[in-house]
Amino acid sequence: MSQLLIKNGLLLDPASELNHKADLYIENGHIVAIDKAPENFSAEQTIDAQDLTVIPGIVDLCARLREPGLENKATIYSETIAAAMSGITTLCCPPDTDPVIDEPAVVELINHKAANAAHSNVLMLGALTTGLKGELLSEMQALQIAGCVGLSNARLPIENTLVLKRAYAYAANCGLTVFIEPDDHWLSAGGCAHDGTIASRLGLKGIPVSAETVALARALEIVAETGVKAHFGRLSSAASVAMIRRAKDDGLNITADVSAHQLHLNELDISSFNSTCHVLPPLRNQRDQEALQRGVADGTLDAICSDHQPHNPDAKEAPFASTEPGISALTTLLPLATRLADQGIIDIETIVRAITSAPASILGMNTGSLSIGASADICIVNRNTNWQLDESNIYSAGKNSPFIGWNFQTRAEHTVIGGVLIHSHQD
Amino acid sequence: MEEIAKPEILLDKLAEQLKTLLTDRSIDQPVMVGIHTGGAWIANALHQKLSFEEPLATLDISFYRDDFSRIGMNPQVKPSKLPPQIDDRHIILVDDVLHTGRTIRAAMNELFDYGRPASITLVCLVERSGREIPIQADVVGQHLHLDKKQHIKLTGPTPLEFVVA
Amino acid sequence: MVNKATRATDTLIGHDTWNIQLDKNGQLKHFLTIEGLSTELLTSILDTAESFANINEQSVKKVPLLRGKTIANLFFEASTRTRNTFELAAKRLSADVLNVNISTSATSKGETLMDTLQNLQAMQCDMFVVRHNASGAAHYIANRVAPGISVINAGDGSHSHPTQGMLDMFTIRRNKGADFGSLRVAIVGDVLHSRVARSQIHALNILNTGNVRVIAPKTLLPTGIEDMGVEVFNNMEEGIRDADVIIMLRLQKERMQGALLPSEQEFYQMYGLTEKRLSLAKDDAIVMHPGPINRGVEIESSVADGPQSVILDQVTYGISVRMAVMSMALGREAGTSEVEK
Repeated sequence: MSQLLIKNGLLLDPASELNHKADLYIENGHIVAIDKAPENFSAEQTIDAQDLTVIPGIVDLCARLREPGLENKATIYSETIAAAMSGITTLCCPPDTDPVIDEPAVVELINHKAANAAHSNVLMLGALTTGLKGELLSEMQALQIAGCVGLSNARLPIENTLVLKRAYAYAANCGLTVFIEPDDHWLSAGGCAHDGTIASRLGLKGIPVSAETVALARALEIVAETGVKAHFGRLSSAASVAMIRRAKDDGLNITADVSAHQLHLNELDISSFNSTCHVLPPLRNQRDQEALQRGVADGTLDAICSDHQPHNPDAKEAPFASTEPGISALTTLLPLATRLADQGIIDIETIVRAITSAPASILGMNTGSLSIGASADICIVNRNTNWQLDESNIYSAGKNSPFIGWNFQTRAEHTVIGGVLIHSHQD
Repeated sequence: MEEIAKPEILLDKLAEQLKTLLTDRSIDQPVMVGIHTGGAWIANALHQKLSFEEPLATLDISFYRDDFSRIGMNPQVKPSKLPPQIDDRHIILVDDVLHTGRTIRAAMNELFDYGRPASITLVCLVERSGREIPIQADVVGQHLHLDKKQHIKLTGPTPLEFVVA
Repeated sequence: MVNKATRATDTLIGHDTWNIQLDKNGQLKHFLTIEGLSTELLTSILDTAESFANINEQSVKKVPLLRGKTIANLFFEASTRTRNTFELAAKRLSADVLNVNISTSATSKGETLMDTLQNLQAMQCDMFVVRHNASGAAHYIANRVAPGISVINAGDGSHSHPTQGMLDMFTIRRNKGADFGSLRVAIVGDVLHSRVARSQIHALNILNTGNVRVIAPKTLLPTGIEDMGVEVFNNMEEGIRDADVIIMLRLQKERMQGALLPSEQEFYQMYGLTEKRLSLAKDDAIVMHPGPINRGVEIESSVADGPQSVILDQVTYGISVRMAVMSMALGREAGTSEVEK
C-alpha cells in the first residue's frame, strides 16, 4: 500500500513522550518510523506540516450518528465525514439507536454503513439491557463477538438495583467495560436545566446535582462489589468529580469523561432561553464548571468527548423546555479542547492525552498514539489560525450549536485515517 | 419681529371681547373649558374675571392627538374634568396659542365623545400663522405672523409670560 | 427595618434577556418580563396607568388612541379572566380585538406555535398578547415576529406575568404611596410554580421596596430564591409580622399529587391567612391576591371580604395597567419634540 510522509511537523503525543519537530513515516496503514526514514522508503505522497502540530487522530468517546432510526437528523455517512473533517479519526456511538444496538444484526448494519462511507472509524457500545429497558440482560457475549467495545444503558435508567448488579457482573464476566452516564431519573424527570438560581428565575424545571451524584454513588458501590471495569461519562458537577477522585484514590478501576461544552459554558448561558444550550446533563453553575476543568487538569477526568447530538432545525424551534436537548459538537471538540490550553487553564499535553490516548485506552484500541506499529490515524493541526464557526463549516448535518459565531485559534488541517489522507482543509 | 403684548393685557382684552360676544349671541350659562396646560391657566384667569357661576372645566387632549404613533405616550396626562352633561350646553373652549389647529380638532373630538354641545366658542390668547386645518378662533388677544421655524410658548402659571424661540 | 436581601437584578441579568423588550430609543416595545427594566420605566408605566385609571372612572371610558390597530389575543393556556381584561383594555383604546383560542392539546409542539404565528402575521396584526404554559414562550415569539409587531406576555409557564406584577405595584402605590422604601411586603404560598410571584419580586426590588419576603414551606420555594432579592420564611407567624402588604398566592390541587404538600388542610393550618394572623401585620396592612381565590385554603373568607382586602380593586386596576402597557408599546418613536399646537 501507499507510503506517506508527514514532514516538518511538531509531533505532540504525550503517551509516547513526543514533543519535538520530526518527520513521520507511514506505510501500509501503519506508522513505520519517526525522525529517520526507513530503508527503501519512497514517499508517494508528502504532507508538509511546517508550522503545524501533528497529534494522534482524535478519539471521540461519545458521538451519535442518528442512523439507524433518526435519519432525518443525520446519517452515518454525513457524520463520519464531519468527524474526519474535524480531525476525529475514531468515534464511538452509544446504543440508543432505533433499533437499539442489542442484536449483532444492528452492529453489522452500522459496521457495513461505516465501512462504505470509509471516513472515520466507528466503534459501538452495545446495550446493557435489551431495548435499554433496564429489565433483561442483553446477549453481551454475542455483542462482543460482533464487535462492540463496551456496554451501556445510555441515559436510560435501570431502576431495579438487582438487575443493575447482575448486568454489571455479567459484563465483568465477558471482560467488557460498562459505560455509565449517571442519572437518577426520578430526580431528573421533566427537568431541562440545572436546579439553581437561573432555572428558578426562568421558571424552568430544574435537575438537581443529586440526580447525578445519587446515581453515581449507587453505581460506584455496585462497580466495587462486582469488580466490573467502569467508565463514567458526561459528568457535570463538582460533587461528581470529587466522588470519582475519592473512588480512584480508594483503588477502584474506573475512568471518567466530560463533554467539551461543559468546560466552556454554564447555567448563565441559558439566561435568554437559548435553546442551543439545552443539554442533558444540564449546564450547571460556575463552580461546577471550574471543578470540571480542574478534574481534567489533575487527571480525575481522563478524557474529553464531544457528546455529539445533531438535530434537525425543528427540534430546537420551540420554547426552551419543549426543545430536544443536545449540541452538534464534532467540529468544536478539537478547538474547545485546545482553547483550555491557550487560556492557560490546562497544559496542552494533558489536553492532547484527553482526546487521543486516554479515550483510546478506555475503548481498548490499538490507536491514539504516534508509535511505531500503531495504526496511522493522525490529525495535523494548525494552532495559530483564526476562524469562525458558522453553518457551513460545522460540517455535520446538524447545525445546533451555541458556538456558532465563536472565533477559534485551532483547526484540523489534515486528517489521515489508516494511512490514507482523508481530508485536507481548503479555504 | 412684531411686538407681543403682555399676557395680562391680552387677558383683559379677551375678557372684554368675550363678554360682548356672549351678549350678542344670547349665550347664557356657558361652560368654560380650558385645554391643558396653557389653556387651563388662561381659562382660570378668565373664569375669575368674568365671575362665571358654572365651575371651570378642563380637557387634556393627549389621547386624541393625531401624532400618537410619531411621538408616543405622554405619561403626565392630567384628567379631563368635564361636567356630567354637555348635551345642549354652550361651550367656551379656551387655549393659549392657536397654530396648526390640530389641538383644537382633538379637543372638539373629545368634547363630542362626551355629548352634543349646542355651540362651541373658541377663545385664544394668541393666534399665529401656520394653520394646517380650517379652524378659526372667535375671540383672539393678538394675531401674530411668525416664520415656520419660530415657536411661541406660554409659561406660567405665575407669572404668565411668552417665550419665542 | 430588616436588612434588604441582595438585589440580584443588579448582577445576574444574563445575556440580553431584557434587551429585546426595548427599541433603540429605550422605549418599551415588547413587554415580556419585568426583570431588567429600569425604575424609571416601571414608574412611567404606573404613571401612564394612572391617567387611564382616571378615564376608567369617567362615564365615557373610551379613547381613540389605538384606533385602527389590531390586537390578537393568543391564549394557548385557557383563561377567561385575564383574556377578558386584555380585551376590555384594547377596546377602551378603540383597537380591534381578535381572540385566537388554541386548544392546549395541539400546542405542546413548537411547529404549531410557529405555524400559528405565521398565519397571524399574514393577517397583519399590530400586537400579540400571549399566554402559554411553557416558560420562555413569549420570548420565543417576540424573537420571531416581524419588526413592528409588539408582544405582550400574559403569562408564560412559571416564568413571568408582567402585567399582573405591574397591576400589583399599582395597587400598592394607590394604597401606600410611592415610597416603597418604607414598606415590608410578604408574598405567601406556592412561589415555586408562580410566575406572578417572580414578576412581583422583580418589580418590588426595582422599585426599591424596603423589605421583600416570601413565606412558604421549603417544598414550595425555588432553589436559590434568596438570590432574587427576598428574605425567606418558612414560618407564617414570623414572616407576616409587621407586614404592610400581604400577597397571597393561589394553591393548586395538583401540588398534593406531586408530593409537595400533604393536604390543603395542613397548608391552611400553617400558612392560611386568617384574621388572627392578619392581626400580626400592621393595622393598616392591605391584603392582595392575584385570583381566583381558594377560600379556606389560602385565605379565610372574612379576610378576603374584609376591610383590608383590595382584591377586587386589583381587578379594576388591571384594565388601566394593561391599557398603559399596550399604548406604550404601540406608540413608540417618541422624541423630545415640542408638542404641536
